[in-house]
Amino acid sequence: MTEKKILICAGTSGISAGACEVFDKFKNLISKNSLKISVIKTGDRGLFRDVLVDVILDGKRTTYELVKPEDVDEIFEKHILNGEIVKRLTAKEEYENFFKPQMRIVLKNCGLIDPEDINDYIKTGGYKSLEKVLKQKPEEVIVEIKKSGLRGRGGAGFPTGLKWELARKSSDIEKFVICNADEGDPGAFMDRSILEGDPHSVIEGMIIAGYCIGANTGIIYCRAEYPVAIKRIKIAIKQAQEKNFLGEKIFNSNFSFKILLKQGAGAFVCGEETALIASLEGKRGMPRPRPPFPAQKGLWGKPTVINNVETLANIPRIIENGARWYSKIGTKKSKGTKVFALAGNIKNTGLVEIPMGTTIRELIFGPGGGMQNKRKKLKAVQIGGPSGGCIPESLIDTPIDYESITKTGAIMGSGGFIVMDESTCMVDITKFFLSFTVAESCGKCPPCRIGLKRMLEILEKITKGEGSKTDIEMLRELALMIKKTALCGLGNTAPNPVLTTLNYFLDEYMEHIEEKKCRAKVCVELLKFRVIEEKCKKCGLCFKACPVSAIEWEKGKIAKIINEKCIKCRACIKVCPWDAIE
Amino acid sequence: MEKRGELISKLQEVQEKFGFISESEIKRLSDELEIFPVQIYEVITFYTQFRLTPPGKHKILVCQGTACHVMGGKDLLEYLKSKFEINEGETTPDGKFSLERVACLGCCGMAPVVVVDEDFYGRMTIQKIDEILKKYD
Ligand SMILES: Cc1cc2nc3c(=O)[nH]c(=O)nc-3n(C[C@H](O)[C@H](O)[C@H](O)COP(=O)(O)O)c2cc1C
Repeated sequence: MTEKKILICAGTSGISAGACEVFDKFKNLISKNSLKISVIKTGDRGLFRDVLVDVILDGKRTTYELVKPEDVDEIFEKHILNGEIVKRLTAKEEYENFFKPQMRIVLKNCGLIDPEDINDYIKTGGYKSLEKVLKQKPEEVIVEIKKSGLRGRGGAGFPTGLKWELARKSSDIEKFVICNADEGDPGAFMDRSILEGDPHSVIEGMIIAGYCIGANTGIIYCRAEYPVAIKRIKIAIKQAQEKNFLGEKIFNSNFSFKILLKQGAGAFVCGEETALIASLEGKRGMPRPRPPFPAQKGLWGKPTVINNVETLANIPRIIENGARWYSKIGTKKSKGTKVFALAGNIKNTGLVEIPMGTTIRELIFGPGGGMQNKRKKLKAVQIGGPSGGCIPESLIDTPIDYESITKTGAIMGSGGFIVMDESTCMVDITKFFLSFTVAESCGKCPPCRIGLKRMLEILEKITKGEGSKTDIEMLRELALMIKKTALCGLGNTAPNPVLTTLNYFLDEYMEHIEEKKCRAKVCVELLKFRVIEEKCKKCGLCFKACPVSAIEWEKGKIAKIINEKCIKCRACIKVCPWDAIE
Repeated sequence: MEKRGELISKLQEVQEKFGFISESEIKRLSDELEIFPVQIYEVITFYTQFRLTPPGKHKILVCQGTACHVMGGKDLLEYLKSKFEINEGETTPDGKFSLERVACLGCCGMAPVVVVDEDFYGRMTIQKIDEILKKYD
């Protein structure tokens, strides 16, 4: 292969770091010099060291990281024209450490192909699985998916094959496949990256699902907050139509399928399947009781299979490599891989795909590269977003599979993985999640509408230093009651952050209540905004960080905060290396 | 019945065009989709994307996702609120900026994130945001 290529990672994060400028500059230089090198924009590869650029010449790949538009000339002059690698910009060890422990099945193509060119996807074997499936009976394919052990990646982990079978059995003529791309969990961006980096894998998965259950229409329900993903889905659908992978008589079979794109309108609860359906019917996105399940009675009352983006992206790979191959990956009850979105106080933030059964520790200290600030200790990991829980440092040897994570009180969720160090206050973070679920509660059922609000009020009291011991009992009672009685998954799981932090971090709650102290220095009402003179090293960092000039300092003098001017933004606390502000 | 399914897409088109959804547009849609204005109004008020009043010239979105929260997104929002003396969802008296929170933008790797109009800014700090906002007139 003498293919010459320059790949530029241009997902949302790459673009914000200047990927488009880098792309334009390369493109200009290449055409000015009339070279035969293709310049390609890919999705994000997963590691946020933007802009990542791969130069592939004579079969050799060189990866550059943190490339700025002004670096392009140098790479072009030295490397592309003269074959001399620009050492200063090549990806360092970290890059290697980030990717090596991963097993990329779903993310296989992300960052390596042009998501806006269907031919790139086809070259990797794309749409072969669809062709294969169309030669089989739908029932046989469903058996294969069941055998693979694939469970839904949208959070609940329901076996995908079983869901399809249920919808297949229904005798209705009209059925639907919906791809749930409403990814609303704060802290999760797996689905966005898959759609930005490899949209055809999801589309292929949807067509296969449609064939299996007997649906002719698919709908992708994507968050409006994902403009790049939306643009690429649109392009992908159009290209798939042109190649007749979508449309009438696909691969000369009797099967026809079309895909529509619908945008969400900013309501977290619409990720819940029955609310999503209500939203597609032009109503308020409010859930309804199940059964009947959408697979029996869904959109417009017709059988509807709703699957998550990552679930669907797994489908072509399973068909391609076989159920047996897939079921060998992972643990006994959780097969395959899971994509996680690493974020928070961790060194390497980004997308990681690991086999089920990997431990939390392996994930943080392997691909994650450990803590961001080596001086701060790991406190907890939040898995599963507002429906999940905080797993304490003492349990980080827990393997990541549906059952083990549930046992800790968290849930697998969709893949948000937030690492927290000592600078996170566990009461505050719980308050954060609860204010999220309170704001996003649709208001239909009282436990969620009223109960969550009462819990939030208690947490607000505690973080202001006005809590009492009985509040803890009240919190627990409310949490258990809401878990049991709420109508949908939002309410059922919203108490999880409260229960897990009460379980593992009760001492922090008690400190707020009894000593009026927030050890992480997050709860502003409990902070004095005063410099501890014995600890101050007179460095002046706080002085420089203060946005409202509320700090007096001169070289060699102890800093002083003028409380009348202070807006309590904590900028000083965050920069002080000496922990000298209380 | 299926006509109603177009409601949210139609509202999105209207908002894209005018920046908000006016009473006359609600009337128009009600005729077009054959539903009552109140059925449109209840949908508008349910979804955070839709607004009934015109936005500022530039829209500042401050991400309040988990990663952004852990990395200081709340401090940023509070700072902008006190800087402009407005609340989230409001517009500065000169009509220049409107300030909004967003639950998560899914760019957690660059937390904390602020978006001005269509531009994403990652790893934001209070000092940097002041500089950035100067670019928007
Ligand atoms: C409040 C709430 C929000 C949800 N958000 C999402 C989401 O953003 N994406 C998703 O795929 N599933 C989400 N789900 C789960 C869906 O209801 C549904 O179970 C899932 O899309 C099924 O797909 P799967 O079987 O492939 O996982 C959410 C559930 C609840 C209760």
